[in-house]
Amino acid sequence: MEATGFDAWVLTLAVFLPLVGALIMMVVPKAYELEVKLIGLGSSLAALAVGIYILFQFDYGSSSELQFVVDKGWIDIINSRYIIGLDGLSLPLLLLSLLVVPLCLVYSWNHVPSPGNPKAFFILLLILSTGMNGSFISQDMILFFVFFEIVLLPMYFLIGVWGGEERRYASLKFFLYTLFGSALMIISFLALFFLSKDAAGNPLQTFDMRLLTDAAGSGIVKTTQVWIFAGLFIGFGIKVPMFPFHTWLPDAHTQAPTVGSVILAAVLLKLGTYGFIRIAIPFLPEAAVAWAPWIGLLAVIGIIYGALGCLAQKDMKRLIAFSSVAHMGFVMLGIATLTDFGLNAAVFGMVAHGLITGMLFFVAGSIKERYHTLEISRLGGLLKSVPRMGWILGFATMASLGLPGLAGFWGEFPAILSAYNPGAGLSEELFRTYMVIAAIGTVLAAGYLLWLYQRTAFGEPTEEFADHAIPDVSRNEWIAWVPFLIGIVLFGVWPNLIFNLTDGVVSSITANVEAVVAGR
Amino acid sequence: MEALLAFTRPPLDWHALAPELTLLAVGTILTMVDIIWDEKSKQVMPTLAGVGLLAVLVPIMTLALDGTDRAMFDGAYVVDDFALVMKALFIIIGYVIVLMSVDYIRDGDYYENEYYTLMLTSLLGMLMMASSRDLISVFVALELLSIPAYMMAAWRKGGRRSNEAGLKYYLMGVFASAVMLYGMSLIYGLTGSTSFSGIASELALDDSATALSILGVLFVLIGFAFKVSAVPFHNWAPDTYEGAPTPVTAFLAVASKAAGMVALIQLVFVAFDNHEVIQPFFWLIAALTMTIGNLIALRQTNIVRLLAYSGIAQGGFMLVPFAVAGQASERALQAIVVYLIIYAFMNLGAFSVVLAVSRKTRSGELESFGGLFQYAPGLAVAMTIFLAALAGIPPAGGWFAKFGLFRALLDAGGAWAATLGVVVAINTVIAFAYYARVLGQMWFQPIHEGDERPVKLTSALGSALVIALVATMAFGILPGLVGHFGEVAVLSTLGF
Repeated sequence: MEATGFDAWVLTLAVFLPLVGALIMMVVPKAYELEVKLIGLGSSLAALAVGIYILFQFDYGSSSELQFVVDKGWIDIINSRYIIGLDGLSLPLLLLSLLVVPLCLVYSWNHVPSPGNPKAFFILLLILSTGMNGSFISQDMILFFVFFEIVLLPMYFLIGVWGGEERRYASLKFFLYTLFGSALMIISFLALFFLSKDAAGNPLQTFDMRLLTDAAGSGIVKTTQVWIFAGLFIGFGIKVPMFPFHTWLPDAHTQAPTVGSVILAAVLLKLGTYGFIRIAIPFLPEAAVAWAPWIGLLAVIGIIYGALGCLAQKDMKRLIAFSSVAHMGFVMLGIATLTDFGLNAAVFGMVAHGLITGMLFFVAGSIKERYHTLEISRLGGLLKSVPRMGWILGFATMASLGLPGLAGFWGEFPAILSAYNPGAGLSEELFRTYMVIAAIGTVLAAGYLLWLYQRTAFGEPTEEFADHAIPDVSRNEWIAWVPFLIGIVLFGVWPNLIFNLTDGVVSSITANVEAVVAGR
Repeated sequence: MEALLAFTRPPLDWHALAPELTLLAVGTILTMVDIIWDEKSKQVMPTLAGVGLLAVLVPIMTLALDGTDRAMFDGAYVVDDFALVMKALFIIIGYVIVLMSVDYIRDGDYYENEYYTLMLTSLLGMLMMASSRDLISVFVALELLSIPAYMMAAWRKGGRRSNEAGLKYYLMGVFASAVMLYGMSLIYGLTGSTSFSGIASELALDDSATALSILGVLFVLIGFAFKVSAVPFHNWAPDTYEGAPTPVTAFLAVASKAAGMVALIQLVFVAFDNHEVIQPFFWLIAALTMTIGNLIALRQTNIVRLLAYSGIAQGGFMLVPFAVAGQASERALQAIVVYLIIYAFMNLGAFSVVLAVSRKTRSGELESFGGLFQYAPGLAVAMTIFLAALAGIPPAGGWFAKFGLFRALLDAGGAWAATLGVVVAINTVIAFAYYARVLGQMWFQPIHEGDERPVKLTSALGSALVIALVATMAFGILPGLVGHFGEVAVLSTLGF
């Protein structure tokens, strides 16, 4: 069903409005700084408004079907089309991405990190926004690839220009890792293009993700499927990031400017997990079953390794970065079970991690701005010197360790639980072992997060900052943070807001996997 | 005497020859103007050359609209869609290079009029190359395009490096020609034919390749491998590129390489169609060229040398589809043509930025790009787009070129093709590492020597930049534009 009238334009608008804003900003001279910033914020808010319109127009009764579909010619010569659409899986992620960017703009309104130049900073954030939004609604693999890659350069520059001491190393590492992944990813996409066959055995030769989901890898022999999946696995796994491809993440996060870290955590990492759920598993269910034990293994290694890494960190931002590795491990564990329970938990975990870790990075950034250090041993007594920020930090750490009633719980707990009963064709013993290990991971998470909070927030401020009057949360910070805080509580007490959305899509994916396994 | 008088002129298709004749006329006019007005003509010369080149596009258009394939001299000279696409490309490259040359050549106080005449002559050779379907016409075209280029490389006649560049290029070029001629003689001896179609049908008669035919084919291919600076026949390129005047370097890296590729396309897909030695030879050469070009580029500190090695590596990418020429001929050929077109614009763009920046900094070192973003954000963004295109990052044009390679490889399928695909993937990553060094200089570093004077962009150089930029972005966002030409070229070459 193709959308008509204005509905045919909404997704395109949501994706390209920020880019239009960026292009306008480019031609406005730097001297008009306020105007430039207003244009940037305006365009991202306009995109968000479109997102809210989508929220109201979305047909929740059929959340498993693509809505607002547009299917127009693009690169006829390679049979790639401009196909966009939105279902219950894309909607929460698109909204998250639409929401985060204007908040980041507000946050950095007067606080563009050294060396300044808000115009360029805002433009890059807006280009980034177009890439992220586009990735979540593309229904054509080449279109997806292009959006997926558009994200790279702006993030590279955000880290490289506005980052910390080691920014050049970190930005290059980030870029090279991701580029290698996407090169393998495109090879896999092409293999899917050439090898996929429809039910009648005719070659499909299409990049249309809807058709490839229907084909579900038919006509590709299992060994080839496994190889193609390997390419996708590396492509998406680097982005997630999964152990052992995670090493770029702590560097990138530590060196990135605050909003760079926030966007990286809140949205960019999700592109990887989204790719697994949207592309890798439905397109190649047989290979997914073959790979699932390994994905699960790497996921639990990630959980434990991330947690141990956290315990060893002296720098607060680096600690949060390692906690990302652990949290994304839970998401990947949920995905690896190939059950609708696990996949639902994974999508929830993606949103929850986006909000919570995004919030943590915001607080870390604000602390760094005030104290000019994030060394945990030099901080202390935050609750005394900046009580509001101290409480927000406490709130975010509680959410992060999975306190029931806050969003983090619903991503973590069901993911662990789903491993008790993995999907068809997977070994129960193995996944139950994973479950136990993951459960230990939550204990460790509670450990490192509480320890972090204890060291930074409790007690008296350290001597060097004792006499400083340090400003508490500012107006712009409130504006940027309140939506995050509301989201964390809202989804915590009312998780069905997301589960109801995703369940339809997710169950059709797992049903497909089961059908393929049963038919083997 | 009798025999001489008995010569009857073979029928000429004047319309088919119109592009070459127009170019010849323009070159002649340039020479005449130079002789008559001498010094006074200097001001108009670039304009005259540029307008003249654009005039050549007219007969190319009329031929394209006419659409019939035209063959002359028993099929030695053919004007088909492939030839027309390539001729148009050469002319547009030539036009952009004229724009890039204007100020460089004028400021340097070099011979001006002769420069343009020589460049047009070289372009004439390239137009001929696009139509040549016979060993002899290929050779004549090759020499016609090379000899002026040897002189252009040494154009900064006062500079030792430029002289070195010209001499090296000349010696290596002549050596390559000799190797090639020897190969051609072997092929002719074996098949009794110089025309590509004749060679193809004769070679196809043998069930397995004879040692002699392998030697002949290899020698001819190696001759052209020199021309497109494929490893291990690339040694001349970095020195020549660095020493030659920068616009000439752009000319060699883009136009001259494209001409070599055009010849290779005809040889591989028509003359030596499915010859046993083709696929392994190109697999090896492509993998070596990409990898070694990229690895050496990593260590360069001079921007022109860096672009030279990057150009070698890019040439390696272009050679990749030849490695599956037999299994997926259609997609392979299309991939090469598309790559050539996109490469031309992104590389010309990169060289234009280098020219613009070095006009201010008077340096070719990588550091001279330090802090470019702070005092010339427009140029820095343009360079970023060109480098992103060269690295193959969407939405800048180069991604579609790389995509074409992968498509050809996977269409062919099999372990060898897949392995080469992985080599390409790894090389894409290595390549970005050195493009990132330029990006890093422009964006992350403080301003070079604290010199914040803005870069003055002359109108000619600015136009060259804009053309390259628009083309690069357009090919990236709407790849159908360039893909169409690729398809047209494929259809005519493979004779569908």
